[in-house]
Amino acid sequence: MIYDWQPLLLTFKLAFIATLVLCLIGIPFAWWLSQTKIRFKPVLETLVSMPLVLPPSVLGFYLLLAFSPTNWFGGGLEHLAGIKLAFSFQGLVLASVIFSFPFLVHPVQSGFQNLPSSLSEAAYTLGKSRWQTFIHVLLPNIKPQLLAGGVLAFAHTIGEFGVVLMIGGNMPGQTRVASIAIYDEVEALNYDAANFYAFVLFGVCFTILLTVYLLNKKFLTRLGGA
Amino acid sequence: MIELDIRKKLLGSQGELSLEIKLHIKQGEFVALFGESGAGKTTLLRCLSGLVDPDEGHIRVDGITWFDSVKKSRLPAQHRRIGYMFQDYALFPNMSVRGNLEFALRKGADRQRVKELIEIMSLGELQHRKPNSLSGGQQQRVALARALAAESHLLLLDEPFSALDQETKVRLQDEVLQLQRHFGLTTMMVSHDVSEVYRLSKRVLIIEQGHILREGSPAEMFGAGQASGKFSFAGEVLAIEPADVVYAVTLLVGNQIVRVVATSDEAQHLKPGGRVTLMSKAFNPVLVGC
Repeated sequence: MIYDWQPLLLTFKLAFIATLVLCLIGIPFAWWLSQTKIRFKPVLETLVSMPLVLPPSVLGFYLLLAFSPTNWFGGGLEHLAGIKLAFSFQGLVLASVIFSFPFLVHPVQSGFQNLPSSLSEAAYTLGKSRWQTFIHVLLPNIKPQLLAGGVLAFAHTIGEFGVVLMIGGNMPGQTRVASIAIYDEVEALNYDAANFYAFVLFGVCFTILLTVYLLNKKFLTRLGGA
Repeated sequence: MIELDIRKKLLGSQGELSLEIKLHIKQGEFVALFGESGAGKTTLLRCLSGLVDPDEGHIRVDGITWFDSVKKSRLPAQHRRIGYMFQDYALFPNMSVRGNLEFALRKGADRQRVKELIEIMSLGELQHRKPNSLSGGQQQRVALARALAAESHLLLLDEPFSALDQETKVRLQDEVLQLQRHFGLTTMMVSHDVSEVYRLSKRVLIIEQGHILREGSPAEMFGAGQASGKFSFAGEVLAIEPADVVYAVTLLVGNQIVRVVATSDEAQHLKPGGRVTLMSKAFNPVLVGC
């Protein structure tokens, strides 16, 4: 029997792009969050954590409303930039970024918070700008947390189901990711195909997580060693 | 020339504390800040370096305003060109010893300086190691070297020699003194060590509860000004043993254990663990080099 690899490839493409976008937005945001003393910080932190507790369908439902061409946001975006978010790959990326946000932000934020403040202060007194300090001093010293955050976000995007179902639908090559395909095949009583997708996802996620734990152990022993 | 007049509310270990310091420091001067922990010495250094801002007042250095609460102007820490040695060293864990020093170089600075500092601080064998694999004393040397690598005009040292053994301490104090004189570095040092303050600084500020209690030369501040040929040491009683008609009292003075004779009257008031002052008239003290 020939299996269709497309849903799997789409899943990994989605997870890869979403993680990349997440890193670009989430790491600077986590740093800002670890530094800021603004009053509504608890509100922001709550918002970031919401995807952890909300049923994915709730998030998916509101995203669907927002992405709809009849809504000012979705409509405006489609009208001005020609980007269609509802039932499209771009929409899936955006939803995944929002949904996996806490998985990246939490470890990275705590990584920044656990660094002694004297590290960045020392860099400032040596004439380094905030950006130079961020790149050369802060980021290299939270590598384990960056790795953990990035991989968790990646793995979580692979495992997404509810949000994708709500806003992505089930369009082959566009939005039909592996988790949806499994559900589909089971409904059609194709247990063989479902098993194939499920087994590959299981294997890949297991390998990724195992690698992280092994790497982090190495990191930690090297940091605390001697 | 530093002109400083600042006020700042602090949360100290004994509740709120108000730091009020007014100070003039001449170019090239070596000033020591002496006093109990929590008196505001480190905060003073942090205000100077621009890491925290005073509540009010001003700081002017060589005619340039670094901070002024009235004019609402402040020069960012990055532009103050200071060498700050932190009490917790603040070495960058991701960089090697050499990397830490190179990171401190200003743009266009001569890389030769790193090599020189590594030599002076005897860091040659450690230069490719990461800070976390070094002992406290070694880290302290790296931190000192890094503060000097910055080629600053103003050196701020927060307990720079506290983790070093006696021999290294004395050698590095000499090196710092030489570098300081050679480059005419204005230096402020926080210290709890009288001998260190005595050796290095020309002027001591005794700081208590956020205020300058007294200031003057180390000799004036630590009593040697009234030297009269009388030795006096603080000691701790370790043991009192009767010996014939007198008592033999064992004392710990500094790191040395000495035995002195006490009459039974004197011994009555002593008990092991008590603090005493040991005084002696010395007509012909003998100094032996070691």
